[in-house]
Amino acid sequence: MSQQGYVAAPPYSQAQPGMGAYQGGFGSGPTQPLYGHYGGPPQAFSAPPAGMMKSSVAPAASMPLPAGSSQYNPNVQQNGSHPQSYPAPPAVSAPYGQPPHSLYNSMASPGPPPTQQLTNQMSSMNLGSHGKFSMCSFYFLVQGLQSPPPPASSVMPPGLQSPHMSPLMSPPQSPPESMPMASQSMAGTSMAGMGRPFPGPPPPGPGGFQQPGLGSAGQPGYPQQAGQFGGYMAGPQQNMPGAFPGAQSAMAGPPQKKLDPDSIPSITHVIEDDQVKQGGQVFTTNIRGQVPPLVTTDFTVTDQGNASPRFIRCTTYSLPCTADLAKQCQVPLAAIIKPFASLPKNETPLYVVNHGDTGPVRCNRCKAYMCPYMQFIDGGRRYQCGFCNCVNEVPVFYFQHLDHMGRRVDFYERPELSLGSYEFVATLDYCKNNKPPNPPAYIFMIDVSYNNIKSGLVKLICDELKTLLEKLPREEGMETSAIKVGFVTYNKVLHFYNVKSALAQPQMMVVSDTAEMFVPLLDGFLVNYQDSRAVIYNLLDQIPDMFADTAESETVFAPVIQAGVEAFKAAECSGKLFIFQSSMPTAEAPGKLKNRDDKKLVNTDKEKTLFQPQKGVYEQLSKDCVASGCCVDLFLFPSQYTDIATMADVPSHTGGSVYKYSNFQIETDGEHFLRDLRKDVQKSIGFDAIMRVRTSTGFRATDFFGGIYMNNTTDVEMAAVDCDNGVTVEFKHDDTLSEETGALMQCALLYTTIGGQRRLRIHNLSLNCSSQLSELYKSCETDSLINFFAKSAYRAILNQPLKNVREILVNQTAHMLACYRKNCASPSAASQLILPDAMKVFPVYMNSLMKTAPLVGSTELSTDDRAHQRLSVMAMGVEDTQLLLYPRLIPLHNIDVNSEKPATPVRCSEERLTDSGIFLLENGQSMFLWLGQASSPDLIQSLFNLPSLAHLQGHMCALPELDNPLSRKVRSIISGLLEKRSNSMKLQIVRQKDKPEMLFRQFLVEDKGLHGGASYMDFLCYVHREIRQLLT
Amino acid sequence: MTTYQEFIQQNEDRDGVRFSWNLWPSSRLEATRLVVPVSCLFTPLKERPNLPPVQYEPVLCSRANCKAVLNPLCQVDFRAKIWACNFCFQRNPFPPSYAGISDVNQPAELMPQFSTIEYIVQRGPAAPLIFLYVVDTCLEEEDLQALKESLQMSLSLLPPNALVGLITFGRMVQVHELSCEGIAKSYVFRGTKDLTAKQIQEMLGLTKPAVTGQQGRPLAPQDAAATCKFLQPVHRVDMNLTDLLGELQRDPWPVPQGKRPLRSTGVALSVAVGLLEGTFPNTGARVMLFIGGPPTQGPGMVVGDELKTPIRSWHDIQKDNARHLKKATKYYEALANRSATNGHSIDIYACALDQTGLLEMKCLSNLTGGHIVMGDSFNTSLFKQTFQRVFSKDYNGDFRMAFGGVLEVKTSRELKVSGAIGPCVSLNSKSPCVSENELGIGGTSQWKVCGLNPSTTLGIYFEVVNQHNAPVPQGGRGAVQFVTQYQHSNTQRRIRVTTIARNLCPSIHSPDESSYYRHHFVRQDLTQSLIMIQPILYSYSFHGPPEPVLLDSSSILPDRILLMDTFFQLVIYHGETIAQWRKAGYQEMAEYENFKQLLQAPLDDAQEILQTRFPMPRYIDTEHGGSQARFLLSKVNPSQTHNNLYAWGQETGAPILTDDVSLQVFMDHLKKLAVSSSA
Repeated sequence: MSQQGYVAAPPYSQAQPGMGAYQGGFGSGPTQPLYGHYGGPPQAFSAPPAGMMKSSVAPAASMPLPAGSSQYNPNVQQNGSHPQSYPAPPAVSAPYGQPPHSLYNSMASPGPPPTQQLTNQMSSMNLGSHGKFSMCSFYFLVQGLQSPPPPASSVMPPGLQSPHMSPLMSPPQSPPESMPMASQSMAGTSMAGMGRPFPGPPPPGPGGFQQPGLGSAGQPGYPQQAGQFGGYMAGPQQNMPGAFPGAQSAMAGPPQKKLDPDSIPSITHVIEDDQVKQGGQVFTTNIRGQVPPLVTTDFTVTDQGNASPRFIRCTTYSLPCTADLAKQCQVPLAAIIKPFASLPKNETPLYVVNHGDTGPVRCNRCKAYMCPYMQFIDGGRRYQCGFCNCVNEVPVFYFQHLDHMGRRVDFYERPELSLGSYEFVATLDYCKNNKPPNPPAYIFMIDVSYNNIKSGLVKLICDELKTLLEKLPREEGMETSAIKVGFVTYNKVLHFYNVKSALAQPQMMVVSDTAEMFVPLLDGFLVNYQDSRAVIYNLLDQIPDMFADTAESETVFAPVIQAGVEAFKAAECSGKLFIFQSSMPTAEAPGKLKNRDDKKLVNTDKEKTLFQPQKGVYEQLSKDCVASGCCVDLFLFPSQYTDIATMADVPSHTGGSVYKYSNFQIETDGEHFLRDLRKDVQKSIGFDAIMRVRTSTGFRATDFFGGIYMNNTTDVEMAAVDCDNGVTVEFKHDDTLSEETGALMQCALLYTTIGGQRRLRIHNLSLNCSSQLSELYKSCETDSLINFFAKSAYRAILNQPLKNVREILVNQTAHMLACYRKNCASPSAASQLILPDAMKVFPVYMNSLMKTAPLVGSTELSTDDRAHQRLSVMAMGVEDTQLLLYPRLIPLHNIDVNSEKPATPVRCSEERLTDSGIFLLENGQSMFLWLGQASSPDLIQSLFNLPSLAHLQGHMCALPELDNPLSRKVRSIISGLLEKRSNSMKLQIVRQKDKPEMLFRQFLVEDKGLHGGASYMDFLCYVHREIRQLLT
Repeated sequence: MTTYQEFIQQNEDRDGVRFSWNLWPSSRLEATRLVVPVSCLFTPLKERPNLPPVQYEPVLCSRANCKAVLNPLCQVDFRAKIWACNFCFQRNPFPPSYAGISDVNQPAELMPQFSTIEYIVQRGPAAPLIFLYVVDTCLEEEDLQALKESLQMSLSLLPPNALVGLITFGRMVQVHELSCEGIAKSYVFRGTKDLTAKQIQEMLGLTKPAVTGQQGRPLAPQDAAATCKFLQPVHRVDMNLTDLLGELQRDPWPVPQGKRPLRSTGVALSVAVGLLEGTFPNTGARVMLFIGGPPTQGPGMVVGDELKTPIRSWHDIQKDNARHLKKATKYYEALANRSATNGHSIDIYACALDQTGLLEMKCLSNLTGGHIVMGDSFNTSLFKQTFQRVFSKDYNGDFRMAFGGVLEVKTSRELKVSGAIGPCVSLNSKSPCVSENELGIGGTSQWKVCGLNPSTTLGIYFEVVNQHNAPVPQGGRGAVQFVTQYQHSNTQRRIRVTTIARNLCPSIHSPDESSYYRHHFVRQDLTQSLIMIQPILYSYSFHGPPEPVLLDSSSILPDRILLMDTFFQLVIYHGETIAQWRKAGYQEMAEYENFKQLLQAPLDDAQEILQTRFPMPRYIDTEHGGSQARFLLSKVNPSQTHNNLYAWGQETGAPILTDDVSLQVFMDHLKKLAVSSSA
């Protein structure tokens, strides 16, 4: 199934949502987006002046311009810049009812493809077979996208400017010859729901929910397309200037018949295919530039010289040889490094290499660590560094003879010679102040102000800690954890506790000097849990009572973190703060915050300020935290706006996490929170880390995204790094890369283990280099790409208007695909959308990304939620972003309760839901159990022990434990997911058509966004149009 | 009245007043010729077992700027029920309650034997005594243990309704909450940060609107007790506090090699002063500071924590090399003044082998009437017994301490008051009897003496203002009235009035020692001060009864036992022969019972002194050649030194290794100067 051709013929006019957005951007957006990542080229595309656009595209594309293009371009320009001048074309309504014909063709399609398409298809296939990967292609009706044939285009400019354009628009019908054919062939594939009458004026709000008539395939009437086009342009823009374009599109949504969604690339298929192909297999890392299985695939890794994909994944495993090529294709070159990724039980944990007092062997020049890329020469007396080519003497203690292959005799005995990932024991030179580190400490800092007491949270935490602290992570083979624990409660002032084992009673020490925080005690504050268990129990029992009568509702926050930093400094250790905060810190103290949530800023140039943290105190605090290896995990229990952008600033720079439980209620959120807390406390983690990514000559790491702190351009500092932290690293060319030697990277992470040992964790990865872009496209990994795009876009929104960022994302998407089309795909009709196989679902992800809360300018979204999501994504690895952007939607009504096989997810679209179905949806952050209106009472009975859906009441947050196969199966699926994911998820049970269903629906990412944003199909159309524009 | 000497003695016994001149010069000119000013030593709370206080308020002269108290020197017209003020000559009617007075029915204040009289006034609620312990925890284990025991013991000596508080400090300052059950709570302050009183009160959660009441009015104690969880009645918290003290640990912060412990004495005191200021202004309170070393950080720091930098010496101070001296002194002065303003006194109990910064901190006690006790260790009887003696009780079972004293001096028109020297601060009260010439703390006729005991004595200096050409008529008498308002240790407010009419004053030590000696000197009575100036030396021998001998090296003889009392030290010195006999154990033999008695005699005498003196003197039992003999040798007149050992041709006495001149040499020189023409 790897060779799949997709042909679809949606009516071009459906691209409204996306188009509106991007079009607007074209016309009025800043001519110079500040978005730094993609350098010059994207500007070329987004720059409004036609001339510029042409000049940069054309040479790059090295295609002769069609005769009419000079006229065409102004046309586009005008479309964008004067959209308001178009009145709604009343006359066009009729044509809407008769949408154009779309053509759908795929390998599986029963209908005979038109010959031309078939040819293309074949050629794609051929190419595919040559290059081992197939392409999939799309055919779009030519008229569907605004590239009218030259004769027509010459007519358009004046027409577009005039209110009477619509009638004028209809003439440019002259389609390419293929059109009629397409219509014919698609005739049989029309979908239900097509042909609804055009509702006239755009309906408000809820209309957005409608699936905009996706390709009213199968209906002839292509001539009306132009009219639709005009309608699209005019309608929304005029009626709702300034509104989010996505929403406008909804209103303009013409009632059209849908194209079979199965015809467009599906993530679930891709995942399934890869699972079938590579699932359960061993992935051996002995080949340079080897593309690993998808993150979703279940496979086993054998390290044979390259780091496991669990540690490093790349956007492409074949780098272009030159900077020019890289620039041309615009595919970001990046690696997502998860240095502490957990390994499954059946994979070997990292070996620890001890080179004794001399420390690890390193290249004298570039300081790269000994690794499989060091070439031993001179009979083993010297070695050449694979990174900088420097020839080094082999230290005497390290000398070893070479075998006939030129390999050291001890090759297999030394992990650093034969493996991609391993650890070195660090010497004192690698320690702070040349002193061996102390074991890290965990400090639990509980806000005991009124809200947290009232909600019962304080008691919940205290009770949980008693058992949880028994399970602190410990070093392999150790009886107990070396991690020290400490306790602080606070409201406006801080209370430290002396829990020294010798005491009969804990002692409380109040520090009110929040302006200049300090730790009042050293001895007895951070203790070994095992030793002080009795005193700690006593304390945890008393805390809820001590503050039971509190009336204090104000809290401080920055001083709390400061206290942790001071404690770690005093104890000369690193560690983590678990802060349980109820509200925005409003008490008079450093870091006091005030409500700066302003919905009026949404969709303005100032929207970015909502994401920017308050400067000053927190900035310095991050610095202090990182310097002392203090990681901050923040558990928030807000009932209103808390300025997460600022409050999460320190966690997001220290490798910490932010958990948010709005309107926390113990009954519904308690267990959810505790699961998070348990996971968080027990995570495998390293402290006081500094990471350096070294590369072979020719390219280098230029940018880093993650829960990190950068003091300079190369050292990635992390107060802590846990198994879920992913750092995304972007690479740029310095020079030409050689196909022969490839490209090497070495990620070295110096950190302190939970047992207090200083270690160096090394991950090596070798990539291919090629001067053929097709190689690059073949070796791309969409999941990694989207991780990179998500992070870079989320960072970009700090500095520029969302509109620009979205625009850049689309442009770059189009550019990447256009470049492929131009350079790698065999010639085909312009109407054909050709996607590289490895990136065929990239548009789904991209579209989903653009519909995520941070990137959607909607006043309905909470500012805190947007900021929270923005920050969490910044530290995500590939698995997490993949899941976040494409949730799993698992049908439960028809699962085989006896099968061991996991239920197969379906595509995230409303169309996949059935009234009688029950679905589970999860994206790593949220989990829903969706119950169709007509779900069978039997199922309801089995799952809920209720006679019918109507009896389901209140906020249920877990399924009852019922003794029947279905209940057991469903619960095991749910608990399996909760187990697997890095965050706990709150199970939300929603009934179809109930109000909370809205929450659920926003995760159906193939549909039109609830708060704006195009449907997958619309987006694809839009991208295709963009590509075509680029290619002309 | 027999002799003049007896007259003086009687006056002193009755009024606690001893004048330098008991006949006053009649004019300014004559006064200046006297060189020694007209002055007196006044002991405001002189113990008077035979003086029962009267239960009413004093009658005051109605002249606004006089307000002298009715006294035996006033002329009274019993028929008209009018009295004439002997200071301003204002004629005042008696208040209605005196309607029944007559020649034969006189109120006590008019009787000559009541030249000193004490009134109990019932104004405002009775304020409990407050004891706030401020404890240094940077002590050696043994010292801390001893101190903890002393403190625990002291709780049993406090009246049950007295309020106690505990502040401990080392690197941090902890204010312990005493009211709580379960978890022991304390509020912690950084030892390096100078905080304002307001900040401290805020941080302790004391800034309830009720507390920031009018200055000068004691807060209703119930309210304060309710709001202040740091000061609680002894009877309620003594168990708690005993446990708390028992669990007190040495400062837990590590002290690196070559460093002094970080001791935040300055902030601790600031917190103590701020706490009392915010809760009990103008209520009798004792801050009792226990230190085992100098302040080494934060405001009031006396020396840095580097051991290689020694604490300032006289030499450093002379050379202006004492880095922290001025700043620290200024800091503690400011605290002392605040404390004095609020009527709280501060004691310093400094026990360490090295200096502890008394030089810088002395004003804390000097300005507030607190004690300073200096010793080597808290684990010595010197400290233990002295500390116990702080809580000694009088014949009524009341503490020998009083608080918040305000001493006012009124003079007749021939005299004006120039100033006072003693444990007091000026209240800046400009009355007509204030002289322009200041001597001691002058420019006022009122002084605040926050902490008083029966021996607290101030020197008061007067100026004769009568002009030479307008001499006082024959038989004219000048008068002085001392009015002392104070809070008695039984919480009563009292006023003691002393009116007299007539027609005095009063080595190589460390700066701390000097401060210490001066502190005691300015507050002791004449005899004791004289002992400080010239120690007393008694000699015990078989040659006769014990006799005072010259404080001279010639008195140090082999067959004598000497007892020297320097006020701060009691030295028993056994001469060479005696020491040998003692070593041989003759005193154990029945036939040498007389030797045993001889040995015992000075011990008994010393014991007597030890029992009465405050602070307890250092008790030294030494002998010829003993290392402690230096205490004696440093005090005696070096009539024989290594320089002139053989010049006198006598083999008596002990030569002193010194270059100091002997009294003989000094006197010779003085004589020469007295008769030389240039003098």
